Amino acid sequence: MMKPLRDVGLVGYGAYVPRYRISAEEISRVWKMGEDNLHLEEKAVPGLDEDTTTIAIEAARNALRKAALDPSKLSAVWLGSESKPYSVKPTATIVAEAVGATPHTMAADWEFACKAGTEAMQAAIGFVGSGMADYAMAIGADTAQGKPGDQLEYTAGAGGAAFVVGPKGESMAYLEGSHSYVTDTPDFFRRPNQHYPTHGNRFTGEPSYFTHTIMAARALMDELGYGPEDYDRVVFHQPNSKFPVRVAKRLGFVEEQYRDGLLVPYVGNTYAASSGIGLAAVLDKAEPGERILLASYGSGAGSDAFSFVTTECIARGRNPIPQISDYVGRRREIDYAQYARHRGKLMMY
Amino acid sequence: MRRVYITGIGQTPVREHWDRSARDLAASSILQALEQAGIDKADAIYVGNALSGELTGQEQLAALIADFAGLTGTEAIRVEAAGASGGAAVRLGYLAVASGVHDTVLVTGVEKMSDLSGPAVEEALATSTDEEYEAIHGLSIAASHALLMRRYMYDYDLERRDFAHFSVNSHRNAVNNEYAMFRRPITVEAFEKARLVADPISLLDSAPVADGAATIVLCSDKAAGKRANSSVEITGSALATDAVALHDRPNPLFLRAVQESAHKAYAQAGVTPKQIDIFEPHDAFAILAALSLEASGLAPEGEGVRLAMEGEIALEGRIPICTMGGQKARGYPVGAAGVYQIVELAQQLRGDAGANQVDARVGMTQSIGGTGATAVTHILRSP
Amino acid sequence: MSLAKHWRLQQQRYRLIGVQCEDCGAKLLPRRLVCPQCKSHNLQPYSFKGQGMVYSHTVVYDAPSGYDGYVPYPAALVRLDEGPLVATQLTDVDIDEPYIGMPVEMVTRRLREHGESGMIVYGYKFRPKLKD
Repeated sequence: MMKPLRDVGLVGYGAYVPRYRISAEEISRVWKMGEDNLHLEEKAVPGLDEDTTTIAIEAARNALRKAALDPSKLSAVWLGSESKPYSVKPTATIVAEAVGATPHTMAADWEFACKAGTEAMQAAIGFVGSGMADYAMAIGADTAQGKPGDQLEYTAGAGGAAFVVGPKGESMAYLEGSHSYVTDTPDFFRRPNQHYPTHGNRFTGEPSYFTHTIMAARALMDELGYGPEDYDRVVFHQPNSKFPVRVAKRLGFVEEQYRDGLLVPYVGNTYAASSGIGLAAVLDKAEPGERILLASYGSGAGSDAFSFVTTECIARGRNPIPQISDYVGRRREIDYAQYARHRGKLMMY
Repeated sequence: MRRVYITGIGQTPVREHWDRSARDLAASSILQALEQAGIDKADAIYVGNALSGELTGQEQLAALIADFAGLTGTEAIRVEAAGASGGAAVRLGYLAVASGVHDTVLVTGVEKMSDLSGPAVEEALATSTDEEYEAIHGLSIAASHALLMRRYMYDYDLERRDFAHFSVNSHRNAVNNEYAMFRRPITVEAFEKARLVADPISLLDSAPVADGAATIVLCSDKAAGKRANSSVEITGSALATDAVALHDRPNPLFLRAVQESAHKAYAQAGVTPKQIDIFEPHDAFAILAALSLEASGLAPEGEGVRLAMEGEIALEGRIPICTMGGQKARGYPVGAAGVYQIVELAQQLRGDAGANQVDARVGMTQSIGGTGATAVTHILRSP
Repeated sequence: MSLAKHWRLQQQRYRLIGVQCEDCGAKLLPRRLVCPQCKSHNLQPYSFKGQGMVYSHTVVYDAPSGYDGYVPYPAALVRLDEGPLVATQLTDVDIDEPYIGMPVEMVTRRLREHGESGMIVYGYKFRPKLKD
């Protein structure tokens, strides 16, 4: 188990989901793939003027408001994403500048497919836990792309989640410990200059998502001496609506433990933001003293598992700072043609 | 100060001149004006032009035009103030003659716009707004005026169709102007149905992109000699400025530069707004004409549009405007427009306006840059 | 494409930083060197909250180059709570939704990009207030 020398926790969190939605039914209408693919209701689609940067900025602003923290006190702004607007040039510097964390800070982008956000969180925990910094921000944000007609097109959504890691005494949820589990498993990847990723279909399941998530979560629980009954809530990476439910059940969790954090049916797979948005949704509803398990998954492959306990501060700023439900409830449905335009699938130039 | 007379005018038809360049258009209007004035050279040429660099890649336009017009060696300078470039060039020509520095000068306005089209022209036109705080937000020049129009409609409880009367008037007047681009009348219904370019501004509410050049010859009384008796005189000339950006003005619906330039020109000419018989406003958009009427004291605040609705701007109305078609129907070669206005007003005051002749002794022109940051007012008197 | 001209305006565009007049208290956006109200030169940076109401609005159909990929898009003059007007695009809103008086808040979005290989310019836009 990993646990820093100095006790740390989440002193603020925030999330963001774009306004636009396309329904699975609408995608299926175009590709005639039948009812069998409708694993979710709809997915979030970014606006024409949105990208990972703008999504991360709004999530980060919400997190800073929750933390009631002077942004200049952030010693790091770390952003995990697989959809960086620039291949070379940090997205995190734009976010850091926009939230007012610059110039005496660190900023960097992280890449580990869908667990880049929790990778940044692990690093932030170590950074603050070592005493090198008092506050560090970890963000996961993506505007995921699936090849038209591919299974991924039903799920690849957009969103962001940001967490301010700081001292335990100020936290809304403190950290009990974490565990990371990584192997070289090529289940999903995107080569340079390719627009869409390649994936291994069923290979993304058992040896990839399930093995890594279960190994990380189980190792952490074993190390902490907890069983599924010790957790009030659990959140997993949500590539579709089946995998996280199946993994929860295999780990011995029941629906009321995973229900509030399961957002994929409404926002899609938000990649590096997926488990973070789930955690934010759970924190929005949690009472003080609840124990929460978070286990991400990133293709390639690995999982980061964390055990948090909410504090008396958990309800801080629930109004007027937007909650996940405010974003999920704000929805404008678009058709496939508008979706194609929003996602750059129309040749405009 | 010396008295300044307009002893010659020249203009090209306002068109999409696919086969003619800026120097060609400008020089041909210069040759016409020189011939009419009975001279073959001038002390200086002031060239009003807004966008030659943006649109055609040509700067140092004045020297180019002087040379092409056979006036190689003549003092020549380009004057830029967006849509007010033409009026500003007239102002400089006026100053040069009135001050005694020069006896005879040419003022040419020219714009060659049709070499580019669509978004490239919109981008060029938007350079008259605040680049860092307006244009960067994708505000086209029509959009900036649409913001004014929407607020005006809200404040004074008007509808889009109420603004139609400006365009209807301009198009009706252009029918008899052989130099005008759109010599056909339009209806209020057509105005209402026209395609929007920036809601609530439509195609039939926007002065069209066009090519054209106009020239006037300005002379001191000494240089004009006997011609002074039969020439139109410039009796008032003033230029004022305001914040370029709409958001930097305390009340965006008040055109401060228009008011200041008009009042200075009235004072110089010794007239009151009531004595203006004919007015050539900057009607690039109807809202701008309405706000100009108000800021110039020709209509009470909030009554500019009503003036048009009630027919007072028609040739037979209380204050005829855009008598040869205005920017809307004569066409709007941006930097040339201010000189076209003087040419047309001179035609009216000399009694050369043909079927559109208005009985007028004192007339006024107004040339505006952007949404009103530069305003040039000239008052002319008949011979 | 100039990189520096966007870079030097970042703070204003990302965080609505203007100035406040130390003499008469006027809050100004964008920044100026001279207070238009009292002519003071004593102006210090001021960070606007980003809340306001629509003063007027439009929808752009014929857009300048670089913006034509976004048409039709709504734009507005927004009256900030602190007083100044700001020219801006409205976002996350249908083109027929804006009205004069609509409560809006600042967000950071893409203003434009300079082609596939050029710089992406980010800055403020305003959207209908998400939450009271």
